[in-house]
Amino acid sequence: MIGIISLLGLIFLTRLFYVQIIEEEYALSADNNVIRKNTIYPARGIIFDRNGRIMVANNAAYDLMVIPRQVKNLDTTRLCSLLQIPREEFERRMTKAKNYSRYKASLFLGQIPKEEFSYVQETLYEFSGFYVQERTLRRYPYQSGALNLGDIGEVNRKDLEKDRFYRSGDYIGKSGIEKFYEKELRGEKGVEYVMVDVLNRKKGKYKEGRFDTLAVNGKSLYTSLDAELQLYGELLMKNKLGSIVAIEPATGEILSLVSSPSYDPSILVGRNRGKNFNLLVNDTLKPLYNRALMAAYPPGSTFKMLNALIALDEDVLTINTEFSCSGTVSKPIKCSHNHITPLGMIYGIQQSCNPYFWNTFRNTLNNPNAGGVKKGFENWSRKVRSFGLGSKFKTDLMYEKPGMVPTVEYYDKVYRGVWNALTVRSLSIGQGELLITPLQLANLTAAIANRGFYYKPHLVKSIGQPENIISKYNEKQMVEIKEEHFAPIIEGMRRVVQVGGTARRGAMDSVIVCGKTGTVQNPHGDDHSIFIAFAPMDDPKIAIAVVVENAGDFGGTWAAPIASLMMEKYLHRAVIRKEKEKRILEADLISPD
Amino acid sequence: MREKNSILKNVDWWLVGLYFALAFMGWMSVYAAVYNPEHSSIFDMGERYGKQALWIGTSVILIFIILMIDMKFFTSFAYVIYGATLLLLVAVLVMGKEVAGSKSWIQLGSFALQPAEFAKFASNLALAKYLSSVQINLKDVKQIIRAGIIIFAPAGLIFLQNDTGSALVYFAFILVLYREGFSGNFLILGLLLALLFVLTLLVGKITMLIAVAVIAILLFLLMKKVRKNILSLLAILVLVGGFIFSIDYAFENILQPHQKTRIEVLLGKKTDYRGAGYNVHQSLIAIGSGGATGKGFLQGTQTKYNFVPEQSTDFIFCTVGEEWGFMGTATVVMLFMFLLIRIIIVAERQRSSFSRIYGYGVASILFFHFSINIAMTIGLAPVIGIPLPFFSYGGSSLWSFTVLLFIFIKMDSYRLELL
Repeated sequence: MIGIISLLGLIFLTRLFYVQIIEEEYALSADNNVIRKNTIYPARGIIFDRNGRIMVANNAAYDLMVIPRQVKNLDTTRLCSLLQIPREEFERRMTKAKNYSRYKASLFLGQIPKEEFSYVQETLYEFSGFYVQERTLRRYPYQSGALNLGDIGEVNRKDLEKDRFYRSGDYIGKSGIEKFYEKELRGEKGVEYVMVDVLNRKKGKYKEGRFDTLAVNGKSLYTSLDAELQLYGELLMKNKLGSIVAIEPATGEILSLVSSPSYDPSILVGRNRGKNFNLLVNDTLKPLYNRALMAAYPPGSTFKMLNALIALDEDVLTINTEFSCSGTVSKPIKCSHNHITPLGMIYGIQQSCNPYFWNTFRNTLNNPNAGGVKKGFENWSRKVRSFGLGSKFKTDLMYEKPGMVPTVEYYDKVYRGVWNALTVRSLSIGQGELLITPLQLANLTAAIANRGFYYKPHLVKSIGQPENIISKYNEKQMVEIKEEHFAPIIEGMRRVVQVGGTARRGAMDSVIVCGKTGTVQNPHGDDHSIFIAFAPMDDPKIAIAVVVENAGDFGGTWAAPIASLMMEKYLHRAVIRKEKEKRILEADLISPD
Repeated sequence: MREKNSILKNVDWWLVGLYFALAFMGWMSVYAAVYNPEHSSIFDMGERYGKQALWIGTSVILIFIILMIDMKFFTSFAYVIYGATLLLLVAVLVMGKEVAGSKSWIQLGSFALQPAEFAKFASNLALAKYLSSVQINLKDVKQIIRAGIIIFAPAGLIFLQNDTGSALVYFAFILVLYREGFSGNFLILGLLLALLFVLTLLVGKITMLIAVAVIAILLFLLMKKVRKNILSLLAILVLVGGFIFSIDYAFENILQPHQKTRIEVLLGKKTDYRGAGYNVHQSLIAIGSGGATGKGFLQGTQTKYNFVPEQSTDFIFCTVGEEWGFMGTATVVMLFMFLLIRIIIVAERQRSSFSRIYGYGVASILFFHFSINIAMTIGLAPVIGIPLPFFSYGGSSLWSFTVLLFIFIKMDSYRLELL
């Protein structure tokens, strides 16, 4: 008997020695059982406007995640009724998760609202393999600026391959500022090792959190936008197609950038994102198309100041040089305005006289000092480009279009080398091959307001702290026009909004506004109405370009009052000209009945 | 004072010491296994460790009662106690409460009792009484059968309660019979049958039949003696063949599905870490992850976070393994070996055969519990739900083992007064 007991004791001791000391696999299994690596998601950076108002904030949301391998004995019917999804939907999502990975977590059901979440959370322990991940959703207090701010969405396969930071189900900036500043906004993920019991309930930190890392929240962005001005611009542009771009001339900071029709950015948040996105994509008015950056128009009469400036700079005329106008029978370009003739530069700008600018343009090209029309044109083209036209600014604006400023080579190709001022005469009044985006138009205005320089227009001033200014946007861009030539041009623009000018509706009582109207001939329908302006005249705080598509009238009718209201809103923080405002708000230029 | 002195006189302090050492370590292990930081007092009555303290305390009272009872009580009332226990076992079948598939509890107010636990010492008393009462000759078939009835009547009733583990314990009494002259051949036969059983399940009945036939033919050809007894050889062959078939039949048709899978998992025919193999797998992980010196008291994650099922009762050994490592498990195994060997030594010094037989019964029962329970947790035996004596949580279990052991200690302390 004692022998049997001793033998058994020996067997036990041997076996225990093997299991506990020699075999190592069990220790690893114990760790696998109990330790869970949790990712701690940082809060995404907040986006502020220029006055410290929050334009994009975070909202807590809950994503239901699944690790397919851990799903055991699932009561599918119960889970479906808990989550209120049909069975086919369940199968579809499960297959998607399995296709991504059996071992890694996938997003199963995104963005469960807080109210539903608490109910789901209580019962969730019954479904092994499922857990809830807290995320931050975007919230837009102003419900405006959708295209500038952009949106966030679930990462796609390409994002996952490109950057190992992301895991399936993570969110990433999809457009606008959210996309451009993704790396700053996203922050750094933290890791937390927790111990769980057999029912996957959290029991405490592993080794007092020795291996944990903290999540670092995303950096805040301080944009140059004025949230209230942005919202007001969208309001004014309601039921109109077109855009508004307002820039602070002294810095190149974009105050507002409106593309109409606009939409409330919050519709792309939450579970209806997919549905609403489809609605936006299929909308015939193309709300996702950022007209302010992408729509390039011939600038029409708003371009005339540039021709005048170049002519002065090329020394082919003075401000007192007069040309005569024969009105509607003028050749080669007729004039539709009724004014005194002959006329000089300031009056020419005020009256937007086509023949005056044809003569100006022709003199520039035929400049005897240049040495031939092509040399003359080359000078013209270069100086036009120095205003930022014909190329992208390449700052933080996404999908910006370069527009078009023709070159000698271009015309040589089109006209097989044989062309002269008369051939390209449309350029004298801002028509023809010339294409300019509203953003470029606003920048051109800012350059005039600054009397010869500009800063590249951009949306974000500083990152992290308001004082961390992004320095690369502080480089002064000089235009190739001497400063002294701007005064008469600006005087002409001042007169545009005076009695007798083309845009009296652009005026303000308290502030001296300088502006210029334009009409863009539109082969597809009614003409587009354009107005550019800046104010105050001697200390410009705002430069603005307004385009109203198919407004069917001169720039003065619609675009000028919109610009005027915007400037009033920005300079006085409130609009008191309620009659003027009411007229704009009530105008429906999309489907006029 | 004098009375106390007299009842503690001649008590075997080795056994008492080992008993308290094991009970104390058991209590600590229960504390670690179900440790609840919100009720961290080891005397918290809302938790199992608090209750275990209560069971230990009441056990001490039981010990004093046993030591005070006159020795003659146990010899004279052995059959009465046995009979009463059998009645209780029948009563359980009629009016018992079912817990986890086994109908083995009697509810007395808020208090639940497991008669099967107490049947062990009762049966042991009765067996000792019977074997010591007559000039016993365990070659007499009638006496063997009578002894067998004493042993297997309670076992059968317990089996009917669906408490297979506790019923199997009664096979331990074969060791007692062996000590008292029961032929060793039966033990060898038993081992051979067990071997046949395992092999049949492992390789299948057809292979086994062929193997047995081949062995028989070889014996027939090689051994003259066998050739002369060809009829006996054929008879044995038929019996073995029949046994193999019946094993197969019993396995497929009599065993319950969970018992079947437990055996299959143990034999390595199935790996099922989620189902039947889960307990043993998690138990091995717990013990194996303890390493040489363990994770430290209350630091075991496998047991504390419930990965090991029944970690305070049948799988209590895991907590020792995880938190104290090989150091702890070796200590526990050796304490049990000392205890068992000490019981045998003490049994052998008894002058009365009653005490000696009872002592062997105690050793056999404890040995069976110890070996099966530990073997189960380290994957050497199928999962049979029996507690580790003095260690596992539970009042009925601790009380019955205490009574079982201390009746023997009482008998031993009395031995010098016998002439």
